[in-house]
Amino acid sequence: MASGRDDFVIAFRSAFLKKKDKQKFSLLSLILLSIVVIILSNINFKPIQFVKIGINEIIYRSSYFISKPENYLKNLTLRFNEHMNLFEKYENTKSELENLKEEKVTNNFLKLENEKLRNLINENINSEEVFAKVLIDRESPFLKSIILNKGTKDNVKIGMGIIDRVYLVGQIIEVNYTNSRALLLSDLNSKIPSLLAPQNIQAVISGTGKNYGIIEHTKDDIEEDLKDEDAIIYTSGLGGLFKPGIPIGKISKGTNYKVEFFSDFTQLDYVKIISFSIGDKK
Amino acid sequence: MASLNKSNFLRAFSSYLPIIILFISVFNEFDFNYLKIENFSFNFVYILVFYWTLRSPDSLGYFSIFLAGIVNDVVIGIPIGISSLCYLIMCAVTAYIRNITLSPNFVKDWFSLLFTMVLINSIQVIILDLIFLIEISYMSYVVNSGFTFLFYPIFFVIFNGLSQIIYQKKND
Repeated sequence: MASGRDDFVIAFRSAFLKKKDKQKFSLLSLILLSIVVIILSNINFKPIQFVKIGINEIIYRSSYFISKPENYLKNLTLRFNEHMNLFEKYENTKSELENLKEEKVTNNFLKLENEKLRNLINENINSEEVFAKVLIDRESPFLKSIILNKGTKDNVKIGMGIIDRVYLVGQIIEVNYTNSRALLLSDLNSKIPSLLAPQNIQAVISGTGKNYGIIEHTKDDIEEDLKDEDAIIYTSGLGGLFKPGIPIGKISKGTNYKVEFFSDFTQLDYVKIISFSIGDKK
Repeated sequence: MASLNKSNFLRAFSSYLPIIILFISVFNEFDFNYLKIENFSFNFVYILVFYWTLRSPDSLGYFSIFLAGIVNDVVIGIPIGISSLCYLIMCAVTAYIRNITLSPNFVKDWFSLLFTMVLINSIQVIILDLIFLIEISYMSYVVNSGFTFLFYPIFFVIFNGLSQIIYQKKND
């Protein structure tokens, strides 16, 4: 029994402390170093933050170049799939276009009316946009985020919204000098104050870690409201982070209240980083 | 003379091949998202680190593994140092297995990988979820570990072949 324990201790000590011929560091020292790095990287101390930003800058750029062959393969696969679905897509787009033409006429009138009403209360939404290229879109199975090529030097700040065409896709959570990281709406940690239209229900849309979202923090009888018709989800503007009225996704009937995002997060190439302010008309 | 230089280069290149693959994979973080298969992911780095530190520890330095972990954390966006810690714990387990094993056995290695992944994923979940309060999907971890376990035999065969090539080149 004692010799069995001795064997275990010898094997354990050897594994952690002994350096092999080609190993310059023992495992124990590197494990301790990792723990120190974890602690240091989360201390809000300026020199450490500068080092962290430097590491991020170098690694993001390197990753962008090393990922190029994989991205080429990815684009090739996507283009092939698109080519195979061309006819089906054409038919769908044709019918969608007809519907949109009809809706556009009504929307033009609503837009004018909205502008008129805002003028009456002397309110104006000013927004600024910065175009950014997606450097890395490594959606790990656990965290969904993208790296953009704009940082503090382009006045990007934490909390700004990310827009793909007109659809919201995420928000900035980390800013470096020349790049930044945006958390996608599909991430588990993403919570967006939203408005469900036409039901006019305030809700929080949360990511699930998959390619759809869910409704959180809303009144109990939402099922009754969503039973008969589809709902379009817009940002509500509550919390002051996003401009109200940015389309996020839709909930179709019979989909168990899953939020289908309008934008495909796997195909983001260029996005807009937006900030806004509500104030008097200048 | 030229052929001698060429063979020297090939020998040096082949001996660094596991490190090169390790760094390419952490910079890339192979995700297979474009395949659009829901609930499919596996951790290639775990397989790579487990195989090479168990079967051929001299091919993959612990410091390179530590650096690869840092790169992985930055690319994925989790607090720096967590992946390094996980990879190094994996190295500790493989070093321990090497010390207590007289004759290596594939099936034992395979199940040791499962045990190691459960251990390091638990540590990662505890750090991320309970300390840093980052919400994570437990199911993603289970699925990821499951596929990593299932894919190990395939990569075992590939890495065995690669390992033979490396040692042939070394002995040339």
